[in-house]
Amino acid sequence: MAEFNATPDFSGAFANAGALPSNVPCRLIETSREQWLRVAEALRAAEGMLLALWGHDERDGGQGFLVYASYLTAQGLLVARLCLRNGDERFPSLARLFPCAVRMERALHDLLGVASDQDDERGWLRHFGWPREFFPLRGENRLQTSFPPTPEPYPFVSVEGEGVHEIAVGPIHAGIIEPGHFRFSVVGEKVLRLEERLGYTHKGAAKRFQTLSLAAGHRLAARLCGDSSVAYAWAYCAALEALSATVVPPRALWLRALALEHERLANHLGDLGALGNDAGFAVGLTQFSRLKEDLLRLNQAALGARYLFNFVQPGGVECDLDPKWATDLPRFYSHLDTELEQMRSIYDEHAGLQDRFRGAGVLSTATARRLGALGLAARASAIPLDLRVDYAIAPYDRMRTKIVTQDAGDVAARVVVRFQECLEAMRLCQRLLEQLPSGDIHSAPRVAPSGALATGIIEGWRGPVMVALQAGPSQSIRHCHVHDPSWQNWPLLEYAILGNIVPDFPLINKSFNLAYSGQDG
Amino acid sequence: MFDVLTRILRTGICSEPLPRIETEQAANLQQRIWAVLGRALCIRQVDAGSCNGCELELHALNNPYYNLEGAGIKFVASPRHADLLLVTGPVSVNMEEALLRAYEAVPHPKLVVALGDCAACGGIFGESYATRGGVSRVLPVDRVVNGCPPAPPDILRAILEAAQGKRQALAAATAT
Repeated sequence: MAEFNATPDFSGAFANAGALPSNVPCRLIETSREQWLRVAEALRAAEGMLLALWGHDERDGGQGFLVYASYLTAQGLLVARLCLRNGDERFPSLARLFPCAVRMERALHDLLGVASDQDDERGWLRHFGWPREFFPLRGENRLQTSFPPTPEPYPFVSVEGEGVHEIAVGPIHAGIIEPGHFRFSVVGEKVLRLEERLGYTHKGAAKRFQTLSLAAGHRLAARLCGDSSVAYAWAYCAALEALSATVVPPRALWLRALALEHERLANHLGDLGALGNDAGFAVGLTQFSRLKEDLLRLNQAALGARYLFNFVQPGGVECDLDPKWATDLPRFYSHLDTELEQMRSIYDEHAGLQDRFRGAGVLSTATARRLGALGLAARASAIPLDLRVDYAIAPYDRMRTKIVTQDAGDVAARVVVRFQECLEAMRLCQRLLEQLPSGDIHSAPRVAPSGALATGIIEGWRGPVMVALQAGPSQSIRHCHVHDPSWQNWPLLEYAILGNIVPDFPLINKSFNLAYSGQDG
Repeated sequence: MFDVLTRILRTGICSEPLPRIETEQAANLQQRIWAVLGRALCIRQVDAGSCNGCELELHALNNPYYNLEGAGIKFVASPRHADLLLVTGPVSVNMEEALLRAYEAVPHPKLVVALGDCAACGGIFGESYATRGGVSRVLPVDRVVNGCPPAPPDILRAILEAAQGKRQALAAATAT
């Protein structure tokens, strides 16, 4: 792999870096502290985006702590690696260039005890369930360590002024929703500031991975974010397959894509109903929840489960598709297509709904770009970013996926993107079935060389899900980092809510529908 | 408006019958809940570190097929209004305090159902620096529903069974 010493220009960083196994074009670059920042500056200038930031304890290998950053670039995924030697526990913050780095750097400190030089020293994943000096990802610390809770304060940023008051919401919310805390500073009903506090569902996933074998890790990956289990499991398996040079049979890849599009469809259907409900239109909820249930039952019949937690397996998929579905599934899509068109017309023409949707929670293109918005949220703010097109892996390289974008960046735009992505997902499913290759659905995974590192990346329904996986001895997991696009997209909500009224928050929040557990890890 | 009404009419009623539980027909039980409580059985759900999978299946219970409210059971926003606490997740240490506070706020007799493999025993996450390894490590649990995630009929059956327990507990309280 390339060691950069004398090359001052990092605009060509991708081309000059060493290859890293992945399901997409991927390179690894070793950096010094200065180069760590220079690479980031060059990528910022070239409109690259910071995707994930994570770290690993390599002190037992004599290397110190390793800090990784992965970037989406025009050519592919670039991973930068910085080695902190001789007991060094600080690294240069990327937050000045990429604001989304703030929380990832805070989380990295909580887990590994290496700190960036940014100002915010509050814990992100560590609340008060384990001591400040316990860093779970350090080799000497064991997963099964239990601590009594010792409450400590968490200072929110306060807003001062005449008539300003705070509203604290969560971690338990009014409905059946994942836990998180929202601190609103308001005047009257108008929101002046929102500060999110997450991490409530942190389950020690990164440490848990280290106790599993490579062959079992996909089960945990699929259970980190229940609404995106196919994307997570596929990203994990893609990394493992790249690591072990396992060739997945085409039929299995086509079936994975079918499952991924069903997952996209199910989430969009659920959210379209919930968005109607949050705007006071209960018929929307009953109709869409009925359509979603139809799809889940179809999943059960055709793919073996309502939620496909176990469908994607290393080397292939869990079960084959019976030939009868080649005609039965398209019949369902055509039925759903008609229903969706009718519901879209109802949503479009309902004055009350449109009044709530339009102009609510606007995320401007400029803000979205500055904050590094990903996936659905980016596309609704006129940023055409979709890895199914940008880094088209098989079978998406043959699907001519249409990127759905909207310009307005408001709730209405995110609703339209969801409607259109439902239609596009069904078109993709049709094509997948038409082209479904024959043959095996599984190939035996090969041996992964100890110490080797690989990445896997899949465009889930929210945006790109990335897994970085390193093999340990005897087919164990040395380290595994899973990244959810919600890391980038949660801060967007803090901007989209500004100037809106508090009662519109549930609607605006739902239009993004970001992951709590996926982010908390 | 016409489109909306046409659509409602054309969809019709698609609710399915309630599942049978051990000793009696669920529909009969519903009447008995009503007789004892004089109102619906109220559930407060708490996500104590779930992956969101169990929550998705709880949403499904409110769809027209399972029609939970039609059975006289509803989800409420405040634990103070709840008869039953439905807990998902392995109990992340970051949610432990919130869960305990919600439990304290539920009036007696506090029924607790642990939903899903994680809530049952910690599931794939087990017990660690970040998780307590199941709801029973933190709260007394009346009933456990296994599954990852459990299917809606299984959840419905467990809630109905717990409701039956509630009826018996209330009857005992009235007798003494």
